[in-house]
Amino acid sequence: MTTAITPAEAGAAAPARRSARVSFAWLGIVPFMAFALLFLIVPTLQIVIGAFRDQDGAFTFANVLHLFQPSILSAYWISIRISVASALLGCVAGFFIAAAVSIGNLPRWMRGPVMTFSGVASNFAGVPLAFAFLATFGRLGLVTVLLRDWFGVNIYAMGFNILSFSGLTLTYLFFQIPLMVLIVTPAIDGLKREWREAAVILGASTPQYWRMVALPILWPTLLGTFALLFANAFGAVATAFALTGSSLSIVPILLFAQIRGDVLQDPHLGYALALGMIVLTGIANGIYIVTRSRAERWIK
Amino acid sequence: MAFLELSGVRKDFELVRVVRDFNLDVERGEFISFLGPSGCGKTTTLRMVAGFETPTAGEIRIAGRDVVGLKPNQRNIGMVFQSYALFPNMTVAQNVAFGLKVAGKPRAEIDARVAQMLGIIKLPQLADRYPFQLSGGQQQRVALARALAVQPQVLLLDEPLSALDAKIRVSLREEIRAIQKALGITTIYVTHDQEEALSMSDRIVVMHEGRVDQIGTPFEIYNTPATSFVASFVGTLNRIEGIIADPSAGTVRVGARDVAVASPLGARRAGEQVSLALRPEAVTLAPRPGQDVAIEARIVEVAFLGSVIRVRADIGGATITLDTFNSPASPPPRIGDAVTLHLSSSDWVVLAD
Amino acid sequence: MKRRSLWSWIVLVLAILYFGLPLLGTVDFSMKMRRGVYSLDAYWAVLGDPRFQATFLYSVVMACMTIVVGVLLVVPTAYWVRLKLPRWRPVIEFITMLPLVIPAIVIVFGYIRLYNTSSWLPLTGSALGTDALLTLGYTTLALPYMYRAVDTGLRTIDVATLTEAAESLGAGWITVMWRVILPNVLVAVLSGAFLTFAIVIGEFTMAALLNRPAFGPYLQLVGANRAYEPAALAVIAFAITWICMGLIQLVTRLQKHTMRV
Ligand SMILES: Nc1ncnc2c1ncn2[C@@H]1O[C@H](COP(=O)(O)OP(=O)(O)O)[C@@H](O)[C@H]1O
Ligand SMILES: [Mg+2]
Repeated sequence: MTTAITPAEAGAAAPARRSARVSFAWLGIVPFMAFALLFLIVPTLQIVIGAFRDQDGAFTFANVLHLFQPSILSAYWISIRISVASALLGCVAGFFIAAAVSIGNLPRWMRGPVMTFSGVASNFAGVPLAFAFLATFGRLGLVTVLLRDWFGVNIYAMGFNILSFSGLTLTYLFFQIPLMVLIVTPAIDGLKREWREAAVILGASTPQYWRMVALPILWPTLLGTFALLFANAFGAVATAFALTGSSLSIVPILLFAQIRGDVLQDPHLGYALALGMIVLTGIANGIYIVTRSRAERWIK
Repeated sequence: MAFLELSGVRKDFELVRVVRDFNLDVERGEFISFLGPSGCGKTTTLRMVAGFETPTAGEIRIAGRDVVGLKPNQRNIGMVFQSYALFPNMTVAQNVAFGLKVAGKPRAEIDARVAQMLGIIKLPQLADRYPFQLSGGQQQRVALARALAVQPQVLLLDEPLSALDAKIRVSLREEIRAIQKALGITTIYVTHDQEEALSMSDRIVVMHEGRVDQIGTPFEIYNTPATSFVASFVGTLNRIEGIIADPSAGTVRVGARDVAVASPLGARRAGEQVSLALRPEAVTLAPRPGQDVAIEARIVEVAFLGSVIRVRADIGGATITLDTFNSPASPPPRIGDAVTLHLSSSDWVVLAD
Repeated sequence: MKRRSLWSWIVLVLAILYFGLPLLGTVDFSMKMRRGVYSLDAYWAVLGDPRFQATFLYSVVMACMTIVVGVLLVVPTAYWVRLKLPRWRPVIEFITMLPLVIPAIVIVFGYIRLYNTSSWLPLTGSALGTDALLTLGYTTLALPYMYRAVDTGLRTIDVATLTEAAESLGAGWITVMWRVILPNVLVAVLSGAFLTFAIVIGEFTMAALLNRPAFGPYLQLVGANRAYEPAALAVIAFAITWICMGLIQLVTRLQKHTMRV
């Protein structure tokens, strides 16, 4: 799954016009609502409800409880680790790039290309991204070979493997960092010069300004974006599948295999797996939306 | 020795000279305004005092100490910005406490000082509000309290009232001045609003294209402007072009008549062009004791402004604006009336331009 | 001043290394098919593969269908909500954001259960039905971007006034949409369309699970069985993404220029 930037808008709603026809105005959104119900909401509910049903359609917690078996728990655990790691590193790296572009005194013309590239890279996920990283960090990849031949560093001997936790995290960063850059650059731009100057003239050092003023102001944006990146990584199937096949047992791949009928015997366990995904990405996105609105209130 | 001294201060941005040869001595406790049109270098000068800009040349001393090499956070200066610049993530009390907290003051002292400052700005009930919950006027008062909480040596205000609406502007400027007097803090106040500068300041620095045109009390600035720029920028003014008739007698030919001018005409010679300035309130329609000049004129415009009636009268070759007080007993003059304008020859100001 | 820009240069160089090396590595790898020399053999092999042509064409058609369905669904809805149902906006916006919350794999899982051959609407029973289902699935994936783009575009024009002006001239509903609203949000629609194209063209999960011969599953297949071709395909895919983003920039700039007149 890829996520393009969604700049928040406090929309000035068109003035509501009262007319005699107003009672039938809802007819205008019937097609959209029908579409959303049939192809978004009902399919999802189908899964959610299925997670609490047994073979005969009776209510049960058994499926959800079955998630707590070692193989599935470990899949969730590694999924969460990869998502947290790639979101955290993506946030940190993206923050520094955004800060460099926004307030780092770089030549002004560099900003455009950086933002455009971020737009491209944040949408460059999926199978081709896996290929690119295999060609670069795989056993015969450019970087692997260069490091070995020029610097005598064998990263594979050091425990790195593109098909593992570290490799997947490194790969995910390719779309995580640019997404962070796209979201956080406007937020850093929003830091007013006067805030820094007011803090400094009151005696604060630059680190104090960042600790007491800038980072607290940015905090909702940072936390929200972290949650968004987490969900982004957690739901990513294609990159992981193309990179590792089914050798790395993470939740989306487990679910993929389950849907194809390869692995798990019990179809209702698949529902429970999917429910777990929805819950985790739902929580993450909930955090994103809540913190986002809080950040906007301040910046106003 | 003055408390705050600027001597020979200059600032160039790339090739543009924004402030040139700025000299100013500010006494302890004095309230100084920088007055001038936008872009004349007021903010730049203020920011050099604060330490956000480094002068290209010149010295800035506070209490005898050269501060040019010091960072802004080492200068012990308070600053208030046009945009308030309150920290949006902190409550009112936390904003006011910021400088004290950074200075590592003990908790109890901070709390006491914050309470005292909120009392001074008369907003103790808003201590736990966030800036976005305050009106502009309230925000600016909090910003003032924040700047003053650290007991700075000098207070700098950069157009602090420009973003507020007219009514609050007037009440807040009185409040700022009262607080400044009570604390006796040395203050520089930047504004492009002459009314603000005239009503608040001990002395005004009128700036024009990066230069200091005049430094003086509001009375001096208003009544004896040093340059034609000062004369035209501060207050309403009659500007009349004339030709010197007789330098020794002090007469200037305006249109077809000679008028007596008490100001020294200096080294000028007869036949030279000269600009004269005259405040509208110096001219009356009825003679007053001490007025020694009378000019025949015809009224061309009458504007009723409330307590004052503004009249424009043609004296042949020039138009003079004058203000008369409204009096319910006598009707205002009418257009076309022939009148006699009375003034004192010492009211004329010869502009140096 | 100097010190402040030093760290940003360091950050920038590190970023260029991280983002540049994979691209460089991929290009390098894609040209190593012939032993010892750089060649474009991998590209010729890929481009000459009939399955490449077939799947790519299939995905292009799917992308175009998705764009058409998306525009037909989103533009009238966003317009109508702005004009008549402003109170519904939060609800509609929430729905359009849902595909960011619900992973694609879950949505398609739901489709398989809901529209299988033994269900009330057996879409997956025929190739055509599955294609339609896939198009609709892609439409949900593109929904957040498409809706945002169009809604932002609508915000910049005064929908109510434009509509009243058109209606006072006797224009009907279709005419208002086609002749008045669409041209004014064309740039927004195009932006959404290019982004949709970039997302759909290499999409893997839905196509794979619905068993359609799309470009994404083909990529995965080649990746599992070949050495050099995947790198060539990655370069091609990256170029397509880049072109889509470039087109978005282009139309946005064009609009700014024409607006200034
Ligand atoms: N950082 C800067 N770089 C270049 N020119 C500047 C800079 N800051 C101010 N100026 C220029 O200096 C002049 C004076 O600006 P300023 O001091 O802000 O004027 P004022 O506060 O009186 O309106 C203006 O012409 C402005 O464009
Ligand atoms: Mg200014």
